[in-house]
Amino acid sequence: MVPTNYYLILSAILFGLGIVGFVFKRNIITLFMAIELMLNAVNLAFVAFSQALGKPDGEVFVLFVIVVAAAEAAVGLGIIIMTARNRHSLNVERVNLLKL
Amino acid sequence: MPILEHLWIIALLPLLGSAVNGLLGAKWPNKFVTSVALGSTGLSFVCALEAVREFFVNGQTPFRKEFFDWIIAGNFRAGLDLQLDQLTVVMLLVVTGVGFLIHIYSVGYMAHEGGYYRFFSYLNLFMFFMLILVLAANFVLLFVGWEGVGLCSYLLIGFYFLRKSAADAGKKAFIVNRIGDFGFMLGMFLLFRTFHSLDFKTVFDAAGTWQPEAMGQFGTLTIACLLLFMGATGKSAQLPLYVWLPDAMEGPTPVSALIHAATMVTAGVYMVARSHVLFTHSPTAMYVVAIVGCATAIFAATIGLVQPDIKKVLAYSTVSQLGYMFLACGVGAFGAGMFHLMTHSFFKALLFLAAGSVIHAMGGQQDMWHMGGLASKIKVTFWCMLFGAIAIAGFAPFAGFFSKDAILFAAYQSEYSGKALYAVGLLTAILTSFYMFRLIWLTFFGEKRYDEHHVHVHESPGSMTVPLMILAFLSLVGGWFAAPTLWGGPNYFADFLSPVFGNAEAAGGEAAHSLELTLSIVAVLAATVGLIVAWRMYSGKVTRGTPTGLYKILYNKYYVDELYQATIVGPLIWLSRNFFWKVVDVGLIDGSVNGIAHGTEAVGDTVRHAQSGNVRSYAVWVIIGALVVLAIIFWPLWRPAFFVATSGGVR
Repeated sequence: MVPTNYYLILSAILFGLGIVGFVFKRNIITLFMAIELMLNAVNLAFVAFSQALGKPDGEVFVLFVIVVAAAEAAVGLGIIIMTARNRHSLNVERVNLLKL
Repeated sequence: MPILEHLWIIALLPLLGSAVNGLLGAKWPNKFVTSVALGSTGLSFVCALEAVREFFVNGQTPFRKEFFDWIIAGNFRAGLDLQLDQLTVVMLLVVTGVGFLIHIYSVGYMAHEGGYYRFFSYLNLFMFFMLILVLAANFVLLFVGWEGVGLCSYLLIGFYFLRKSAADAGKKAFIVNRIGDFGFMLGMFLLFRTFHSLDFKTVFDAAGTWQPEAMGQFGTLTIACLLLFMGATGKSAQLPLYVWLPDAMEGPTPVSALIHAATMVTAGVYMVARSHVLFTHSPTAMYVVAIVGCATAIFAATIGLVQPDIKKVLAYSTVSQLGYMFLACGVGAFGAGMFHLMTHSFFKALLFLAAGSVIHAMGGQQDMWHMGGLASKIKVTFWCMLFGAIAIAGFAPFAGFFSKDAILFAAYQSEYSGKALYAVGLLTAILTSFYMFRLIWLTFFGEKRYDEHHVHVHESPGSMTVPLMILAFLSLVGGWFAAPTLWGGPNYFADFLSPVFGNAEAAGGEAAHSLELTLSIVAVLAATVGLIVAWRMYSGKVTRGTPTGLYKILYNKYYVDELYQATIVGPLIWLSRNFFWKVVDVGLIDGSVNGIAHGTEAVGDTVRHAQSGNVRSYAVWVIIGALVVLAIIFWPLWRPAFFVATSGGVR
């Protein structure tokens, strides 16, 4: 059986990749994928703990996270499509109409 | 229902009337307002009569009841405690009786004025506070009434508030009274510190067991009495705080009659009489009261000699007569002081109301030099005013004769410079007689000094003349309680009050009686002198000259207002303008408020740059925040490392 530590380290690496991707990329779809990556890193940590502690709580929680992530993806992609139509660009630095 | 057990009803009725008229009266026709105002005060008068009847049925045992607690703090208690003893009976009947008559009069006088409902609402409110003042059984409740009547006085003086002089007069009255109230409050604090209570009975019983202080000694009681008296000088317009009362004549005439002649201004006399236990234990304070009263009496009378305005003459006369009352209190004749208070409320209310009737007839003219020859045109007013003038001048058998006589007699017998006080009092009596008959002659006799084409002189309506006649009757008979003293009999008024004041002033003996008779004759002679001088000077053709010399000084009221303006008001305004306004208000208060606003703006200006609109920079902030949270959570883990790094060694 794989030790829990390994899962957690993998989870942390994935999470860190997500952060780096979110901060340094400009394409909105890429940012979106970075967010998904972070969510899944957390999911991985949840199931790892669930297995280590022998309780189903973490797994149940992961289901919730997946559902919310799906909803969020639907809304987020809708926003992205509208942004692309209106601004003719997916560069996040050009979505700054509210800036002073 | 026994009213005595529910004394609060007497005071509450006018308050109800005031509230109803004040809240709803604006939309009502005048007759509704009238019936509410007259109904509440009339009913209050009836209740007062019933309460007094029960008081007599109970054999004149002083009644006292605590209706509810108002303030309880530690060992301090003040509640709605009302009492009814002989002294309260006198005040209660004067306030409700004269007050009711003046309410009736006001119906006619104010009929064509705007703000009719407002006037009656204020007037009823005044009745409420005045009744609280006279019924109160502790200093705190008395002070509530005391301040309340001051408020109503302010509101009613400034009734024609669109006229700047009226608004100013209201403010002057209020502010000058505050000075007196300051002393009054200090006096109450001192009493509480000394006796640990402000209840009349507790304080007076305790003070009664004290050794009287020596003449010239400034002990606790003397200081307390002088502070209380300071309040009285404000409320009752004595030197040096009398200046507001003449200006208060800016109010409607019924107000002058009710508040500034018959009731409110006598509150100071009532308060001193109520606290007589304290005062009699302090000859020094008594002496000060007598001197101030005596000085005020002659001071105001001299100013009254030359005033052209009919109401101003009466105002100074009021100040002068209040001085008489304090003179009486100061020489220990509290009964005589209260007697004069009562008779004065009859004839001075009468004089003011009659003057109001004259002003009404003249279409608002108050200057006596523009009157003359009115006697045949407004007969009822003339006769009533003549009754009032005779009464105040002190001719027998009118009311003023008996009360003034009692005061002068008491002053003459006073232990401390009694003869001098008597002499000044007598001189004041001459002056009183002079200025009253000057008023009569200028107003009612001589040739007509007004334009008959423009002024339509007419007698006032019945609602005004009937109260005049009732008051004229009272001015005639009001003093007869004391009439038997002329042939050596008892003074029923003084005897009635003796349970309150004690028998200190019962000066018996044949010698005293013959002395009193002599002094009475002298007083009547003095009044006659004043009458004759006034007749010689003002009957026939009179011309108004330019004031010169002494006349000018008197005409300008000894320049006291100018003196106060220069020494107190002016510097105060200068200080307020140049320091409190321009330094404290603009610099400190505005500065700090605006400074906070400017600071907030500057901070916002700087911080708003964080709101870059760049989603990824927000993400960086979120990450930094997360890292900080993590650092705090794991602080116990890396703290040793931190200390190693900073201090260079393990603790």
